[in-house]
Formats: sequence, structure tokens, C-alpha cells
Amino acid sequence: MIEALNKAFESRVRLGIMAVLAVNDWVDHAALRDLLAVTDGNLASHLTALEQLKYVQVRKRFIGKRPNTSYKASAAGAKAFRAHLNAIEKLIPRN
Amino acid sequence: MIPQGKRSCHNFAVQSTLNTMKDSNGDLQHIRALMERSTRFLGLSGLSGVSAGAFALLGAAVAGRYLQGRPDLTPEPLAYSAGGQTGAEYWGPITFLVSTAMAVLASALLGAFWFTWRRSRRLGHHLLDRTARRLAWNMLLPLAAGGIFCIALLLHGLPGLVAPATLVFYGLALLHASKYTFDEIRWLGLSELLLGLIASFRPGAGLLFWALGFGVLHILYGGLMYLRHDRNDTATTP
Repeated sequence: MIEALNKAFESRVRLGIMAVLAVNDWVDHAALRDLLAVTDGNLASHLTALEQLKYVQVRKRFIGKRPNTSYKASAAGAKAFRAHLNAIEKLIPRN
Repeated sequence: MIPQGKRSCHNFAVQSTLNTMKDSNGDLQHIRALMERSTRFLGLSGLSGVSAGAFALLGAAVAGRYLQGRPDLTPEPLAYSAGGQTGAEYWGPITFLVSTAMAVLASALLGAFWFTWRRSRRLGHHLLDRTARRLAWNMLLPLAAGGIFCIALLLHGLPGLVAPATLVFYGLALLHASKYTFDEIRWLGLSELLLGLIASFRPGAGLLFWALGFGVLHILYGGLMYLRHDRNDTATTP
């Protein structure tokens, strides 16, 4: 049962990132940082890990002169997150 | 009988499963809260609705008094004056009533912004964050369409359909925007829509339905939202 839990989502921050991306389209770095209440550096390292797993897509562009990076859950990421949620739900006894 | 070594191993397994269950429960709550916070604007204040309703009732009273002082404008001809009425006897009262409605709209919006701004600041939300912007856009688009449609009704000499049309479009706008804020907004939208549809079959009673929809319903739902959400703010914020 516990084996079904995805190791990639063990961290609260990664779980949070996937939760936000599951119900939103592109979300930029600053919005994610404020929603999760983490530092830029901490968020960036978790995002890089998720990016390497191909769970999130990255889009870099300029808004005026300022660079803006946005993230979106990939199809594989959304699927993995759903499977992880199902595994969590099975662990919790119904009352 | 389980051998000594195996039993402690067994206990360890039970313990770690229990811990994972506890963590998982916390994770689920964390996920639910984030999903809600990232898609819905939860800074909306119930008092915004109450103040908008109060301004609407005030406006309806002004319009009602004006119509009482003009017995020549019996409700029915005003409702169905279709065709050819382009003179001052048509545009005079229309200008007065539309100005009253605009004044109500402006004061209601100001009041709504003020109460919501106050509550958002207290909760630490930003009034211009992405959820608030999305809520505003999704409200404004159907409302703008409704506004233009009402101008067309007035130009075609159908002022009696303006009150039902504003209620219908406002209800649809709320229904559309409700996925980005509290669920009560969905029910408010449905109620406004229903009232607007009834009003469109009751010519001459536009002002009454208008006062019910924009006045009474706002105060009822605003009060409900105040009791359900605003009042719990101190309990939920650190």
C-alpha cells in the first residue's frame, strides 16, 4: 500500500507545487512562491527536480524587460500526482 | 506466538504505517487548501453585498417616488412603449431613471471594493492577485455585454425589459464567476437569474423585481457570507 506512494512527492513543497499546478494553467514563479510561502531558492530546487522527472513544463519569456518563468503540470506529472493522491486516500481509514 | 525479534519488527512496521497515515492526512488537507487558495478569491467580504443591497434599496426608493409623482407614466405604457417614442416625454424619465441606476451602481461598487479591500488586507491577501483579477474579468465580461444590450433595449423603446435584462445578465455573470470565489455566489447568481426570468413575464413590475434582486438578495446573501466567512477571520488567521 505504502509502495504506491510516489517518492518524488515526499516533500511538502513538491506536493504543494503539484497541487497548485493540477488546478491551474501556467503559474509563474512569484505566484507559486507566495502561495506555498517558501523562499525563491527552495522553490527553484524543488521545481528543478520535478522538471528533471518531466513532471512540469517550463516556459521562460519576457514581460516588458523582466524575465518571467511559468510552470505547468505535464501530462505525466498530472497522472503521477493523481496516482499519488489515490494512494494517500487508500491509506486514510474512512470514518 | 511470534518470536521476539520478529515481533519488534512487526511493531515497527505498524508504527511506521501509522506515521505514514498521519502524514498522509496532513498532506491531503494541505493539498485541498492549496488547490482552493490558488483558484478562488477568498477575500470577498459579505459586507460588500450588504452595502450594495442597501444602496440598491435607496435607489429603488428614489425611483419609486419619482414614478409616483408622474402618474402619466403608468407602468404599462412605460413597459411597452415600443416604437416611435423618441421625444422628450420618453427620454426625460429614462434619463432620470438611468442616472439613478448609474449612481446606485457606482456607490455599490465603491462600497463593495472598500469592504473587500479591508477584509483582504486583514487576511493578508493582495486585492490585485491572480485570483482576484480572474474573478473581476469573469464578472466584467458578461456584465459589459448586458450593459450594451440594455442600451439597445432603451433605444428600441423597450425600457420595461431593462430591469429583467439587468437581473438575467447579472445572474449569469455571477454564475460564471462563482467558480473563482465562494460557493454562495453561485446560489446568488441562480436566484438573480430566476428572478430576472420571472420579471420578464411581469411587465410593469420591473422596479419591484429590481429592488428584490439587487436590494433584498444582496443583503440576504451578503449577511449569510458575513456570518459564514468574515466572522471566522479572527479565528483562522494567526
